[in-house]
Amino acid sequence: MRKWAFWLAAIVLLLALQATLRGLIGAYYYQIVILVGINIILAVSLNLINGVTGQFSIGHAGFYAIGGYTSASLVYYGGASIRSALPFLPSLVQDTILLLIGLLAAAVLAGLAGLAVGIPSLRLRGDYLAIVTLGFGEIIRVLILNIDAIGGSRGFSGIPQLSNLFWVYLLVLATIITVRNLIRSSYGRAFISIRDDEIAAEAMGVDTTRYKVLSFVISSMFAGIAGGLFGHFTMYLHPNSFLFTTSFYLIIMIVVGGLGSIEGSVVGAVLVTVTLEVFRRFGPFRLVNFAIVLVLIMIYRPQGLVGKRYGYS
Amino acid sequence: MAILEVKNCTKRFGGLVAVKTLHMSLNEGDLYGLIGPNGAGKTTIFNLMTGVYKPDTGSIDLDGKPIHNLKPSMIAKLGLSRTFQNIRLFRSMTVLENVTVARHMRKSQGLFDAVVRTDRLKKEEEGIRRDALELLNIFNLDKRAHEPAVNLPYGSQRRLEIARALATNPKVLLLDEPAAGMNPQESLELMHLIRSIRDKFRLTVLLVEHNMKVVMGVCAKIQVIDYGETIALGTPKEIQDNPKVIEAYLGGA
Repeated sequence: MRKWAFWLAAIVLLLALQATLRGLIGAYYYQIVILVGINIILAVSLNLINGVTGQFSIGHAGFYAIGGYTSASLVYYGGASIRSALPFLPSLVQDTILLLIGLLAAAVLAGLAGLAVGIPSLRLRGDYLAIVTLGFGEIIRVLILNIDAIGGSRGFSGIPQLSNLFWVYLLVLATIITVRNLIRSSYGRAFISIRDDEIAAEAMGVDTTRYKVLSFVISSMFAGIAGGLFGHFTMYLHPNSFLFTTSFYLIIMIVVGGLGSIEGSVVGAVLVTVTLEVFRRFGPFRLVNFAIVLVLIMIYRPQGLVGKRYGYS
Repeated sequence: MAILEVKNCTKRFGGLVAVKTLHMSLNEGDLYGLIGPNGAGKTTIFNLMTGVYKPDTGSIDLDGKPIHNLKPSMIAKLGLSRTFQNIRLFRSMTVLENVTVARHMRKSQGLFDAVVRTDRLKKEEEGIRRDALELLNIFNLDKRAHEPAVNLPYGSQRRLEIARALATNPKVLLLDEPAAGMNPQESLELMHLIRSIRDKFRLTVLLVEHNMKVVMGVCAKIQVIDYGETIALGTPKEIQDNPKVIEAYLGGA
């Protein structure tokens, strides 16, 4: 009962924000709010594999890109036929169905990519995942650059705008709650046991390969969803949005916030996204100043801004 | 009938033969000691039994089923659990959480239950928690159940490792130097504890230990290994009088 009340309240609140916020703060700030939301989804999902399960993935942008391009191309090329199959529905409902189909496809494809990358590289103990995901992110980007049907190096334009503040933040909530509930379940204990001591986890009956892959696939699926939301908001995708630096900013977010902590990932995503925007005024010194902020945080809060040392419940 | 049987096992690391044509047979309810000088191959034998290493030749059967080609997690599921010589607790977890991890493989909740937090999950989690607290109670750790495991004193961490291993519901329990670093009083308590859990959980216990007082006091049967080979097998009394054992430990004259 409480669950339903929570979601109902969340939906009403988000609809109210959707109706008013843009008028109140203007298009520029509205766009930043959306970007913050998408980065929260990315950071919280990356935290599941990097912070909670203790595996070092540095190719999150690859899954983000797969999700973005999957959803965008599905809706761009298939949107009209899906709409014509549902002529009796009002266009708002059609939009919603299109977006949900797009996001679902994004999640599935990104998840499958996660499975393909995860199975060979997570069977081994050590840094293999970092090496493989680093390469994977670049492979995806270069592949996209060379597929003309989705714009190649020109970028993919003309993507229907379907996502907005309501959808982005509804999925932010869904991501946070899913990851939190997972961590609080027996699955979460299995993930954390792998991070703490892989040999002991295996000896206590945790099939470590399986749970590392599971964590990685779930993480990739949410990155895919974030990509779908991004493409359907900006109406334009370019491979340069999915550079190695994108993955790296995400790692900065979860480290600054506190590895392993969901609150930390949220705080980190907000802080990094907003700081990078604010520092635009420094022109070429933008990243220098950003680096100084990071160094200061790491000196005074090496465990992250809201990182906890022990426990998770 | 033997519950754990090692037949003709050999393990080489390059040119070093760590375990050489080893035979070992544990009957149900045995308190079995495995001793030998440093580097004799005791921990390698543990790692072979628990699936960390695969034997080059030979076989290991648990309750009649061959286990030497299985993953460690699968072997744990079939009922072989262990503690570690150098304590390997889950460092970011509380005492209670350390024990509950061992219940993961027996869970019935699915991913959907976990994400939606169904009543089935809540009920199961409650049961896991209750069982874990009960187990901690036996080890006198229940009062510190919600503290970080790494805050426990050394002796308690060793006991927590045994509690965690028991939470997997094992048939056979392997203890790798459980008395290491314990004072005489703690070792004495440990001896009582090992005997009482053997009876309470109907276990078969294999003990690797350097503390001779503990081994001789607890085990009815002792196997002595040196350079990966069995040099003696018998009761504590027989082992103490065996000239080969004395030579292995003290050197030949």
